[in-house]
Amino acid sequence: MGSDVTSFASLAPIFPEMAIAIGAVVLLLAGVIINKERSVGISYAAIVLLLVVAAMTVFQGQDGILFNGTFIADGFSRYMKALVLGGSAFALMLALPNAVEQGVHKFEYAVLVLLATLGMMMMVSANDLMTLYVGLELQSLALYVVAAIKRDDSRATEAGLKYFVLGALASGMLLYGASFIYGFTGTTNLPAILAQVTAEDRSIGLIFGLVFLLAGVAFKISAVPFHMWTPDVYEGAPTPVTALFATAPKVAAMALLVRLVSNTFAPIAHDWQQILIFLSIASMVLAAFAAIGQKSIKRLIAYSSIGHVGFALVGLSAANQGGVEGVAIYMAIYVTMTVGLFACLLSLRTEAGEIETIEDFAGVAQTRPFVAAIMAVVMFSLIGMPPLAGFFAKWHVFLAAIDAHLYLLAVIGVLASAVSAFYYLRIVKLMYFDEPRQTFAAVPNELGIIMAISGFLLVTYYFTVGGPLASVAHMAAGSLF
Amino acid sequence: MNFDNSILTLTTFLPLLGALILLFINGKDEGSLNRIRWIALIATLVTLLLSLMVWAQFDASNPGFQFVVNKPWIGDSIGYRVGVDGISVLFVVLSALLMPFCVLASWESVQVRVREYMIVFLILETLMIGVFTTLDLAMFYVFFEGTLLPMFLIIGIWGGKRRIQASYKFFFYTFTGSVLMLLAIMGMYWNAGTTDISKLLTHEFPAGMQTWLWLAFFASLAVKMPMWPFHRWLPEAHVEAPTAGSVILAAILLKLGGYGFLRFSLPMFPDASLYFANFVFVLSVAAIIVTSLVALVQTDMKKLIAYSSVAHMGFVTMGIFAGNALGIQGAVFQMISHGIVSGALFLSVGVIYDRMHTRDITAYGGLVERMPRYAFAFMVFTMANVGLPGTSGFVGEFLTMIGIFQINTWVAFGAAFGVIFSAGYALWLYRRIIFGSLTKENLMSILDLNLREKLTLYPLIVLIIFFGFYPAPILDATAASVNALVSQYSAAIDAPAAVAAAVAH
Repeated sequence: MGSDVTSFASLAPIFPEMAIAIGAVVLLLAGVIINKERSVGISYAAIVLLLVVAAMTVFQGQDGILFNGTFIADGFSRYMKALVLGGSAFALMLALPNAVEQGVHKFEYAVLVLLATLGMMMMVSANDLMTLYVGLELQSLALYVVAAIKRDDSRATEAGLKYFVLGALASGMLLYGASFIYGFTGTTNLPAILAQVTAEDRSIGLIFGLVFLLAGVAFKISAVPFHMWTPDVYEGAPTPVTALFATAPKVAAMALLVRLVSNTFAPIAHDWQQILIFLSIASMVLAAFAAIGQKSIKRLIAYSSIGHVGFALVGLSAANQGGVEGVAIYMAIYVTMTVGLFACLLSLRTEAGEIETIEDFAGVAQTRPFVAAIMAVVMFSLIGMPPLAGFFAKWHVFLAAIDAHLYLLAVIGVLASAVSAFYYLRIVKLMYFDEPRQTFAAVPNELGIIMAISGFLLVTYYFTVGGPLASVAHMAAGSLF
Repeated sequence: MNFDNSILTLTTFLPLLGALILLFINGKDEGSLNRIRWIALIATLVTLLLSLMVWAQFDASNPGFQFVVNKPWIGDSIGYRVGVDGISVLFVVLSALLMPFCVLASWESVQVRVREYMIVFLILETLMIGVFTTLDLAMFYVFFEGTLLPMFLIIGIWGGKRRIQASYKFFFYTFTGSVLMLLAIMGMYWNAGTTDISKLLTHEFPAGMQTWLWLAFFASLAVKMPMWPFHRWLPEAHVEAPTAGSVILAAILLKLGGYGFLRFSLPMFPDASLYFANFVFVLSVAAIIVTSLVALVQTDMKKLIAYSSVAHMGFVTMGIFAGNALGIQGAVFQMISHGIVSGALFLSVGVIYDRMHTRDITAYGGLVERMPRYAFAFMVFTMANVGLPGTSGFVGEFLTMIGIFQINTWVAFGAAFGVIFSAGYALWLYRRIIFGSLTKENLMSILDLNLREKLTLYPLIVLIIFFGFYPAPILDATAASVNALVSQYSAAIDAPAAVAAAVAH
C-alpha cells in the first residue's frame, strides 16, 4: 500500500481544508448527539480547530498544485487563509457572550461558520474558474443561512433573504462572465487563461467576461456600485454575524480578486485597471459621504467597510507587486480593526440589550473608560491617523498607487479619508466630549481580551508587528508575480 | 549603539514611558492625583535635562546631523533614523523646556480626568520631539500628523464652551492639508528611492516635480504655521483649549510648520521655493498687517494673542523664503523666541483666567493695584511680544527684517507696519487689563501670584531678557547648519542661471 501513503502525503497542500471539512462534519454529528445545553462546547471546539488550522497553515503549510491544476497553495494563499481563519475564529469568539439573545447559541452556527470558512479557503486557493465558483457558492450558501440564523427575528430573516437574492444574482453574473472567458479562451484553468491572454489581440468577448466576473466579485467585497445589500444586511443580521461578514468573507473575496487580476489577467492590466479605479473611487467617496448621515452604528460600520474596500482597491489598481503587498497588509490591519470594533460594540450593553444608535456612545469614556479607549484607538486607526496601524495600511496602498502614477486616484483617496474622518470622530466626540446618558453592563471577559489584543496590535504596530508583517506580505505578494 | 547616539531616542520616548507608568496609576483620590501630577512633572523635567545634555554635547561647528541612528524598520520604505542638526536641536530643547511649565500650569486648573490629561500631554511631547529628531521622511509624517490626535482630545475634552467646534476645525484644517503632503512624501520616495532625510537633502528633484511637491508641502505646512488665509482654525483652537493646550499650540505646534519649510521646502525644492518666494512674501505681509489689525479689535485676550501669533509667524515665513543667512537665522530665532513669549503670554492669561474664569478684556482693569508681581511679569512678556530691544522678541524680528531688506525692500516696508501695529494691540491690551483704576467689584479680592505661578512665570522672564541681550547661544548653534543650508540653496538656484550665462557666452 506504499503508493496510497505517497498519494496521501501528496495531498499535503490541502491538509488545512481537509481538517476544516472533517472537523465540520464531526462537530455536526457531535452537535446532534450531545445535550442542547452543552452546545457551547461545539463553538469552543470550532474556535480551537480554526486557530490550530491557522497555525498549521502559517507554520506547516506546504505549497503545491493539486487535482489537475484546479487547486493551488502558495505563499499568497497561505497568507490570506491565515487571515480568513483568524477572522472566522475571532468572529466565533465574539458570538460566545450573550449567544442566546443574539440567536447564535445553536450548534449549527459554529458548523455553518466552519463550512463558510472552508468555502473561503477554496476561493483563496482556487486555480480554476470551477473551483473558484464552487468555493464561492459554499461560502455564500452557508452565509445566507447564518444571516438568517435568528429565525424568529423579522429583521434577521429579511437580511438573510436580501443577501440571498442579491448574492444569487451576483453569483449568476460571475458565472456568466466565467462562461464567456471559457468560450473565448477554451479553458477554465487560470494559468492556462494567463497563457492565452495577450494585451495585443485580446478579444472583446474576453473583456466582456472579465467585466461580469469583476462585477460578481465586486458584489462580494461590497464595492460601490454593488454595495446596496451591505448596510441592510449588516444592520439586520445579529451583531456577531455582522462581525463575521465584515471580516473573513471580505478577505477571501479580496484574495480571489487579487489572484484573478494581478496574476491571471495581468497581461490586460490596462483594461481592468480602469474598472478597479472606478470601483475604488466610487467606494471611497460614496462611503465617506453616505456614512455621515447614518444613525445606526451597524449601518455606519457597513459604510465604513465599503470605504475601506475602496482604499484596499487603491493598492490593487496600481497593478504592481507593491500594490498587492499593500492590499495584503491592508486586509490584515482591517481585520484587526474590525474585530476590535465589534468587540467594543458587543461589550456595550444596556438593560434594553445591545446598543444600536451612535448616540448610545455618549459618555462611554466616563462609564466604561477601557472600552472607550479601545474604541477611540480603533476609530483613529480607521481614519488612518499615525502612529496607529491604520495609517500604515494606507501608507502601503497609496505608496503603490503613487509608484504607478495614479495621482488623481491617490488625491481623491486621501481627501475621501479626510471626509471619512468626520464620522469616525463623531463617535470619539460622543464618547469623550459628551456626558453619559445610560449605564452599561459589565464587560464579558472574552470581549475584554479581544479588545486588549486588538488595541495592543493597533497601537504598537510600528514596533511590534509592522516590520514582520511587511516582510511576510512581501513574500506573499511575490508568489503572484 | 553607544550612549551618545541613543540619547535622542531616549529624549524622544522618555515622556511616553512616563505615560505608560501613569496608565497603571488609579487616579481616584486626591493623594493619587498628586502622585500623577508629580510623575508627569518629573518625566518632563528629566526629558528637559536630557534635551539640555543633547544641546551641551552638540558640536555647533558641524553643519551635518549628529547623534545619528539609522536602522531598517518597516518594509523597504520606512527606517528608524534619528539625528539633529543646528536647526532642529533648539526645537527639541524648546519642546522639552515648555512641557514642565504646562504641567505646572495645569496643576490646579485641571481637576477632571487628570490622569488622562497628563497621559495625552506626555504622548504629545514624545510626538513633538519626534518631529524634530527624526531623519526619516515617513516617520516625520507619523510624528507630525500624530500630534493632531492628542491635541484634538485636549481641546475637545478639557476645552471651553465651544470646544467641539474648535476641535473639529483644528482637526480638519490640519488633516486635509497634511494628507496631500503624505502623497508628496510618497512621490519623493519613488523619485529618490529613500525616505532618509539626510540623503534627500542632497537629492535633486526634477524642476517640474518640485513645483507639485512644494505645493503639497505648502498645503500642510501653511495650515500648521498658520499663514494667512489658512489661519482660521487657530483663534478658535486657542480660545477653547485649556491654558497648557494653548501654550503647546502656540509655542511648539506652530513651529512644526516653520521647521517643515526649513527642513524640506527650502533645501529640497530650491527652484520651486524661488519661484514661489514672492507668493509667500505677499501672504506673509498680508498676515502681518491684516491679522495685526484684526488683533486690535479683539475682546477676548486669548484670541488677541492668537492673532498676534499669526502675525509673528508672518515674519518667520518671510525670513525663511528670503533665503539668506540673516533671514533664516532670524526666522529660527523668531520661532524660538515666539515659542517662549507666546507660551508665557498664554500662561499669564491662564493665571487670571483661573481666578476670574473669563477671558473678556473688559472684565479686567487696574490689576496692578492688587497684583504687582503679575503686572511686572506680564509687562515683560508684552514688551517681548512687541519686540522691544532688550527682549528676545526684538532679535528675531530685526534679523528677518534685515534679511528681507536685501531681497525685497517693499516686503520689508510692509512688514515694518506689523512692528508698529503689534505695539498698538499689545500695549493697549496691557493698559486695559493692568492699568486704570480697580473699580470692578469682583476684582477687589484678587490675589497675586502664588509660588507655583512664580515658578512658571519667572524662569521665562529670565530667558526672554537673557536671549534679548545675549542671543549668541541660539545663533551660534544654528549658524553652521544655516550657512550650509543657504549655500546649498543659493548654489541650486544659481545653477540654471550659470548654465544660461555659459550658453550666452
